[in-house]
Amino acid sequence: MEFFERFAIPHPSPAIYASMVAIGLTVIAIIAGLTYFKKWGYLWREWLTTVDHKRIGIMYLISALLMLFRGGADAIMMRAQLSMPENKLLDAQHYNEIFTTHGVVMIMFMAMPFIMALMNFVVPLQIGARDVAFPRLNALSFWLFFMGAMLFNISFVIGGSPDAGWTSYFPLAGTEFSESVGTNYYMIALQIAGIGTLATGINFMTTILKMRAPGMTLMKMPMFTWSAFITNIIIVFAFPVLTVALAMGTLDRLFASNFFTTNNGGMDMLWANLFWVWGHPEVYILVLPAFGIYSEIISTFARRNLYGYKSMVASMVIISLLSFLVWVHHFFTMGQGAFVNSIFSITTMAIAVPTGVKIFNWLFTLWKGKIVITTPMLYSLLFIPLFTIGGVTGVMLGMSAADYQYHNTMFLVAHFHLVIIPGVVFAMLAGLTYYWPKMFGFMLNERLGKLSAWIISISTLVAFIPMFFSGLDGQARRMYTYSEQAGFTMWNMISFVGAAGLAIGFALIVYNIYYSIRYAPRDIGSDPWDARSLEWATHSPVPEYNFAIVPNVDSTEAFWDAKKKGHKLFKGELEKIHMPNNSPIPFIMSSIFFVWGFSFVFAMWIPLIIATIGIFGCMAYQSFEKDHGRYISVEEIKETEEKLGGPTV
Amino acid sequence: MKLKSAILFLVITIATVLTGCEQLIVLDPKGPQAETQANDIIISASIMLFIVLAVFGILAYMLIKYRASKQKEDYEPPHIEGSILVESICVGIPVLIVAVLSFMSVQSNYKVEATPAGYEDKEPLVVYASSSAWKWHFSYPEEGIETVNYLYIPTDRALEFKLYSFGTISSFWIPQLGGQKYAMSDMVNTLHLAADVPGEYMGRNANFNGKGFAENTFNVTAMPQNEFDDWVEEVKDTASPITEEKFDELLEPGHLGQLTFTGTHLDFRPAPEGEHGGHNHGSSSNEDDSDEENHEVHDHEDHDHEESEHHH
Repeated sequence: MEFFERFAIPHPSPAIYASMVAIGLTVIAIIAGLTYFKKWGYLWREWLTTVDHKRIGIMYLISALLMLFRGGADAIMMRAQLSMPENKLLDAQHYNEIFTTHGVVMIMFMAMPFIMALMNFVVPLQIGARDVAFPRLNALSFWLFFMGAMLFNISFVIGGSPDAGWTSYFPLAGTEFSESVGTNYYMIALQIAGIGTLATGINFMTTILKMRAPGMTLMKMPMFTWSAFITNIIIVFAFPVLTVALAMGTLDRLFASNFFTTNNGGMDMLWANLFWVWGHPEVYILVLPAFGIYSEIISTFARRNLYGYKSMVASMVIISLLSFLVWVHHFFTMGQGAFVNSIFSITTMAIAVPTGVKIFNWLFTLWKGKIVITTPMLYSLLFIPLFTIGGVTGVMLGMSAADYQYHNTMFLVAHFHLVIIPGVVFAMLAGLTYYWPKMFGFMLNERLGKLSAWIISISTLVAFIPMFFSGLDGQARRMYTYSEQAGFTMWNMISFVGAAGLAIGFALIVYNIYYSIRYAPRDIGSDPWDARSLEWATHSPVPEYNFAIVPNVDSTEAFWDAKKKGHKLFKGELEKIHMPNNSPIPFIMSSIFFVWGFSFVFAMWIPLIIATIGIFGCMAYQSFEKDHGRYISVEEIKETEEKLGGPTV
Repeated sequence: MKLKSAILFLVITIATVLTGCEQLIVLDPKGPQAETQANDIIISASIMLFIVLAVFGILAYMLIKYRASKQKEDYEPPHIEGSILVESICVGIPVLIVAVLSFMSVQSNYKVEATPAGYEDKEPLVVYASSSAWKWHFSYPEEGIETVNYLYIPTDRALEFKLYSFGTISSFWIPQLGGQKYAMSDMVNTLHLAADVPGEYMGRNANFNGKGFAENTFNVTAMPQNEFDDWVEEVKDTASPITEEKFDELLEPGHLGQLTFTGTHLDFRPAPEGEHGGHNHGSSSNEDDSDEENHEVHDHEDHDHEESEHHH
């Protein structure tokens, strides 16, 4: 009996039972639907076994959108609970689980796959490649991320969610103070997803270094590719730290080691240090690709080349270096003394300089331009003022003596939401709208798109600006309730209104997708935005091989110059194209990883050992498999190109 | 013009809200450390407001002047590479601002990490503040008394809080007297505070530590030294002594009201400093470790010179 008790929810509530039923019904509906419409084969051939970077990008995108709503539901519940003093909507335990999963889901399973989606879809197209360097590894990265996300998400119906915050600080997250399996889920699910991310880092570094089209030197790469390149370098340096920290946490929780415990020589702040040595670069892993997206969009719709290309690149390189030198600012209050705090205070504020350079370069890109305000451009233009508010409050937080007052308060919460929402989420929504026609061959409705951009921007301000004030009034973060005398009521009520506005804005995006699928015109050509870089030089939707002939590049804006100056992009004759074959291994291996993770969470050693053997079996099979890929014949290419409407330039 | 009105709305909101700032407790300091911090906050916020307005201004200018609708149909935007001069200004101004703020920040760091200015002449009152799930224990070793969840302090005298935890990491925070600092199980942190004026202040644990976190608060009452002395006398006359058994009971997870004892738990449950510190720094079971490790022990003790009475 004791064995089964661990799978029960420690403190069930009607909402959790309802979710269980909903999950069950959804799974049944998906299985029934696939069977009824005879789509199992299609799903397997075209998606589950695909190694095509575009399809992998789209799968990342769908996962990210699903997780956005999962994390958003958490957010709404939190704001609702805090909208009134002494509210009884959620109890402390439930609230603790919700803010923990909100943070983890939004950072690891929403923002990360969103940038992965855009990097996967766009980078190979921008550099004129046929796929990434290691297509099969790319599929493995996606499926590991996906299985990690699923494992994390079942926690709230099987065994209980983690409840020690998304930062999961030990010793609170240790077995001494968190007995349920919740934090095991955190450790193992992030580990599995993290391996996937690390593989992506290696994959994209290699792709960008080795697979650029002829003529595209590093300093002729589009800015998004530059940002992706630097991001992936940061990933390769930062993620191993997370891997090690999670492994140590797992050892502490499941094998009674004492890295982070309160006794036997454990060090409580060791986890916090390791976590933020990864965690701060992680912020830049999210925000640099977003900056790349903005650079593309702002230059496209200002109808001008990006201002200060070189300083844009330099600022990203400097940001990537500084990102590893500031982690202590997450705990100025640890007691390390005035000297150490002074150093980290200065490095932290120094990041404002390269970031400021980027903001000014975007502003100067508008200068002498011919600005067209489309939905992606609207997001980018709204990003600048909102992100500036978030950014300058970051400088304020970098003042370490003052940080003793901001730390752990709603002021901090306001700051990082005003950085991440305009910085990352707006960029992803802008990127989604911008690349949608390239992905699916039709555009999202502009009126609905602009309306949702306005609603989301204004709601962001309404939701988060009040937190600066409640923070300065002494409201600590992560409090599930407060008394009426505390004086936080008004601020929190306003925040709740903003959160509701955000929900409406995001719902409108979903409606826009539905509306556009039904009504949007399909004959939009391959370059609906009059854009500047190579991804727009091929058809929409993009054929499997990306470019019939590999493009020849001799400027930073290859496609624009081809359109305006008559540079010839596609030289030479059609030749047969070598493409990688689909493979079931990434999907199967990741599924086994799911079983491995689940067994690990519940310390079921026999299934764990069997799954481990399965994983190594997959790797062995993969190593000995002889697969030389396949060729697409010239006739087939001609046929496809004809069907897609002939040459684009 | 939607954007303009949005910006206007924003500026008005910020202005109205800022005028109401005096009521925010962090900006209503009652001690020198909190005052240093409030000054930093106000000055940095003002400089930042200037930057925000500059960015908003440039953005508005670009949008108004270079909208496609404002331009001739056949206008072709020029190709402009960067300009060394413009970009140097974009680097130079932020560098200057960051330099000014860094200077302020470093100066304040040394202020908040030392006995508050103007209080150096009097011997500070040492209070051991330790956290357990979800309470605060305050031991006054010189006075020989201990309280739970409330703190009496004298005004016009420096306070030295020795912070540690009986479990998770907590953060000791009295916003109106000064910013917070962590209380951890394996070491003792020192937080320097002082109260200028008598009054009641809110104190709490600011670092999330589980189910009882929201209610993990304590009351602070600052009073003149003579009233404080009277209170100490009264406690000594009326309260019962704290015993190891009683203290273990108090450590059980849960919430307690305000309690008062004579004696302190430091006698039977010393704070994790000096020879009692974590990380194996000379805990008694490790006495016969190698020389190398003993050497480390001494290094560590040198840093903790304040606690000299414990090991000399």
